[in-house]
Amino acid sequence: MDKELKREIIIDNYQNPYNKKTIEDSSYIKINTNNESCIDDLDIYFKVENGVFADAGFNGEACAISTSATSIMLKSLINKKVDEVKELLNNYINMINEQEYDKDLLKELNVYDEIYLQPNRKNCALLPAKAVEKLLKELEHDS
Amino acid sequence: MNREDFDMLKQDIIYFDNSATTFKPKSVLNAINDYYTSYTANAHRGDYKISLKVDSLYEGVRDKVKDFINAKSSKEIVFTSGTTDSLNRTVFGFAKHNLKPGDEVIITKTEHASNVLPWLELADEIGIKIKYAPLDKNLKLQASDLLKEITPKTKIVSIAHITNTIGDIRNLKEIGGRLKDKNIYFVVDAAQSAGHRKIDVQDMNIDFLAFSGHKMCGPTGIGVLYGKEELLEKTKPINYGGGMNNFFEGDGSREYRSIPTLFEAGTQNIEGVIGLGTAVDYLNRVGFDKIEEHEKELRSYLIEELSKIENIEILNKESEAGNVLFNIKDVFPQDTAIYLDNYNICVRAGNHCAKLLKDELGIKNTCRISLYLYNTKEEIDKLIQVLKNSKNIFDVVI
Repeated sequence: MDKELKREIIIDNYQNPYNKKTIEDSSYIKINTNNESCIDDLDIYFKVENGVFADAGFNGEACAISTSATSIMLKSLINKKVDEVKELLNNYINMINEQEYDKDLLKELNVYDEIYLQPNRKNCALLPAKAVEKLLKELEHDS
Repeated sequence: MNREDFDMLKQDIIYFDNSATTFKPKSVLNAINDYYTSYTANAHRGDYKISLKVDSLYEGVRDKVKDFINAKSSKEIVFTSGTTDSLNRTVFGFAKHNLKPGDEVIITKTEHASNVLPWLELADEIGIKIKYAPLDKNLKLQASDLLKEITPKTKIVSIAHITNTIGDIRNLKEIGGRLKDKNIYFVVDAAQSAGHRKIDVQDMNIDFLAFSGHKMCGPTGIGVLYGKEELLEKTKPINYGGGMNNFFEGDGSREYRSIPTLFEAGTQNIEGVIGLGTAVDYLNRVGFDKIEEHEKELRSYLIEELSKIENIEILNKESEAGNVLFNIKDVFPQDTAIYLDNYNICVRAGNHCAKLLKDELGIKNTCRISLYLYNTKEEIDKLIQVLKNSKNIFDVVI
């Protein structure tokens, strides 16, 4: 993917993020990403039905990379089974950390394949991944 | 001004984050280096020449700090690790043992975390009540508004001299004078002011004053707690150990040393104290009148120039100190900070540890420029030029 296209996709997802709204529905699990090291503060909502990611949305304040990464990540999860989400997540985290990963699996998420060039932005790109990890732990704990 | 004194300024860097920490002049670095290369020893312990030298320099800094804030006696100067440490000692060493359930402490919503959280903890612990004095429409604290909040139950007022966000300078002399008449203790967080404005604890009737070395040209890890002698006598140490006791026996009997040594258990931060003393000398040489004049001139120039840029919002136009909060419209402040960093301009993005401010400001995060003696108009010009060209911000930050 060339640099311009990547930038276009990131900016588009920042300015027109996927499903950016507060969801007040008890069938969704809410994960907050607020932490000390960074000022991003997103609430992410996941609806998991019968082991499948049925829906997701998010709201809050965050930088361009975190917001766009959350938007693209949530889109990528819809209709995937928990195991598929785990695989996607591992590959995504590997890509951000310059480890081996499956390019075909990540599709649009490949726009962050050079984020390691800006080390201070790696955590921004990892923000939604950390939220999904937290969610997966909660799901495991509940089952 | 005085740019040649700071080696950090040899780099191609514009440093506008002086509320977080300041650069250190060569004299401070040389003094620290000298301690480690020509007279390394512990204080209060040795009977040999270099140890005595450490003792005398260490206590000499206490005297210097006493004069720096015009305390009555050097006994009123306690070395701590910084403002946070000093405030925690005030809360848990003094207030905890001298306040009773139902007593009130007044703070404001523009205080730094270290002047909020210890009080909230103490409220849970002993049942005191924390009240927030109202701020005016520019989020500044007016002395008259604070004084109106006082009730017969008010025992302490604890406020910053200069806030690290809005940058309003509180009228300590007026507040302190009135609190004295009412027998209310006056605690002042001087982290943002000690290196910028002259403080006179007697004239301002301050009971406890907290500040850090590293925000006033000194090293990190060293700070000061000033307390009026009769109040330090009523304060309990937080740390117990070597250096603060006269004797202790197997039957549990023990006697502690007198103030201020009582509060300095363990080997002190000797390089820090020596560096702090040199920083005090440096600031005295430059002169607070000059620092104040320079900061005021830079601030009004910065506000004037920022105001000319259409898509910039300034959030504390009406303040006095050298910090300016701004945002580029529709851009997250962290993206702005990363954009500026691309041009080697250092600003801070965030809530600046004043998390209660969002209730008042209506927005959570901002970019902060905080100026100091070595900043220049030319640096501001560069910043303005970069901000004017910020239409391409996402080409730069993504």
